[in-house]
Amino acid sequence: MKILVPVKRVVDYNVKVRVKNDESGIELDNVKMSMNPFDEIAVEEALRLKEKGIASEVIAISIGVTQVQETIRNALAMGADSGIFVEVNDTLEPLTVAKIIASIAKKENIDLMILGKQAIDDDMNATGQMISALLNWPQATFASKVEITDKTAKVSREVDGGTENIEITLPAIITTDLRLNEPRYASLPNIMKAKKKPINEIKVNDLKIDITQKLEILKVEEPSKREAGIMVKTVEELFDKLQNEAKVI
Amino acid sequence: MNVLVIAEHNNDEILPATLNAVNAAKQIGTVDLFVIGNDCQDVIDSGNKIEGLNKVLFCNNKVYENPLAENISTLIQSVSKDYTHIFFANTANGKNTAPRLAALLDVMIIPDVIEIIDHNTFKRPIYAGNAIATVRSSDTCKVITVRTTAFEKATFGEKEAAKIEILSSEITNLTKYISSELSKNERPELTAADIVVSGGRGLGSSENFQILEKLADKLGAAMGASRAAVDAGYVPNDWQVGQTGKVVAPDLYIAAGISGAIQHLAGMKDSKVIVAINKDEDAPIFTVSDYGLADDLFKAVPELEKLIK
Ligand SMILES: Cc1cc2nc3c(=O)[nH]c(=O)nc-3n(C[C@H](O)[C@H](O)[C@H](O)COP(=O)(O)OP(=O)(O)OC[C@H]3O[C@@H](n4cnc5c(N)ncnc54)[C@H](O)[C@@H]3O)c2cc1C
Ligand SMILES: Nc1ncnc2c1ncn2[C@@H]1O[C@H](COP(=O)(O)O)[C@@H](O)[C@H]1O
Repeated sequence: MKILVPVKRVVDYNVKVRVKNDESGIELDNVKMSMNPFDEIAVEEALRLKEKGIASEVIAISIGVTQVQETIRNALAMGADSGIFVEVNDTLEPLTVAKIIASIAKKENIDLMILGKQAIDDDMNATGQMISALLNWPQATFASKVEITDKTAKVSREVDGGTENIEITLPAIITTDLRLNEPRYASLPNIMKAKKKPINEIKVNDLKIDITQKLEILKVEEPSKREAGIMVKTVEELFDKLQNEAKVI
Repeated sequence: MNVLVIAEHNNDEILPATLNAVNAAKQIGTVDLFVIGNDCQDVIDSGNKIEGLNKVLFCNNKVYENPLAENISTLIQSVSKDYTHIFFANTANGKNTAPRLAALLDVMIIPDVIEIIDHNTFKRPIYAGNAIATVRSSDTCKVITVRTTAFEKATFGEKEAAKIEILSSEITNLTKYISSELSKNERPELTAADIVVSGGRGLGSSENFQILEKLADKLGAAMGASRAAVDAGYVPNDWQVGQTGKVVAPDLYIAAGISGAIQHLAGMKDSKVIVAINKDEDAPIFTVSDYGLADDLFKAVPELEKLIK
């Protein structure tokens, strides 16, 4: 079984992002970039399936500027077998990413795709669902538990009131929620080994996919700031403020 | 402009998120509601009375007992040509289905809309709400999920909208619903509550959460939590508030033993009044709180609870 894991390079989750003065986007110069945390969980899940003998091969794919190859290398250092890099320098949106990945998945005879549920930069939460639609594959989003036997996956999904359990037939799409697993760190020997693993480059032109954006970003601005509040000294004072000033209790 | 709103319900009743989505949709044009479910006559009958609807479409069929995105998206696709916009609430169901529908229609999804500028232009938070993007869609049919906390709720009236039955469409056998484990909850629903009491890692154990639950019950509040508290197993998953959990904006949000990581703030910083109780006076949560109390929560929370009648 071949697993494809799409990984995205994003601003590290610890960075407090700043909006550019001209409101054209986010300041990315000298900002620490990392693999999207949900994608680390996706890689981890794929590697565990390989270690259990269920998967034979784990391929990491990333689409974007040349630096996204570092993110592919991270996945290889965690233990993925090979990578696929599709260079696109224009701004990407989930529909385009989904079209590119869907077309590659067909060529590569992928049996299972594991993605993050959401990229923490654009907060779209869309790419996995879109790929499923394009390939007409089943989808199990927001997975907190995955069990694979033969050609089916039993997946527990995090939904609003609790958990939902579904069964999907492979090939299929799974998107990861935070509680699916605890991703491993790449060990030094594995980081060294990863340098020799292959990353295949695919030209986006060869895929004949229209990459024009349908959802154009006109402006990026700071959210409205909350007015600074006050510190109270005692619980009595807090109670009094809530009752008489804010009038919320 | 014709807008279709997909109703969020549990086959017994319309959930409040639907009402927020309807009100958002009214800013665009004529609004129809689509109720998809099984044995959901009550939902159709009450949905029908939401103020200002043009029509209610419904498909009441046992294959839609549980909302699988595969089936729901093709059903919505079958009626989509009549609409310029299709709105979902950004619930777990909405997030699951809307992008799938968008890809079927070859349009880009517009997720988590907080403001409608015009029928093409919307605002949505990115980077955990640390920036707000204004986006313009060039698609002919716009598939949107709305952040429910950003819009008022539509109300119910007396007038009944016309009902139109829609036939079920293609059903997948590749995905099967097996079961749900829904947490029992006597408290108000987290995303719809007027008051939310939330706890973090500072609580230390699930037993200790009871001191917060007592406070919540006195206030008639919903319970929330940080991811750290959920991960530590103190409380159920569906209590998580934040960038990757639920977004809430109650009249009063009380955070106890929560440090205030940006991912947590993303889910609660639009609350009207925020109270933070944390023993570390430098905790970042105090930068967004209206009233901060730097104190031990094990002392302060029971005291506060006693003062409330
Ligand atoms: C991809 C990603 C997504 C995430 N999504 C979310 C999300 O949606 N929601 C979310 O909440 N987090 C999310 N997180 C996690 C987030 O980064 C923080 O780790 C988390 O919010 C911390 O939870 P906490 O404040 O409870 O714990 P801590 O940061 O450990 O804070 C505990 C606080 O309790 C205080 N405290 C301890 N004892 C007491 C006492 N006796 N009295 C008073 N105060 C006390 C301490 O001073 C401290 O400030 C996400 C992280 C990642 C990487
Ligand atoms: N440019 C990209 N390259 C590779 N994978 C991506 C890319 N964009 C999104 N993804 C995948 O899709 C998931 C969801 O992203 P999004 O829909 O943008 O929130 C991510 O967690 C990744 O697994």
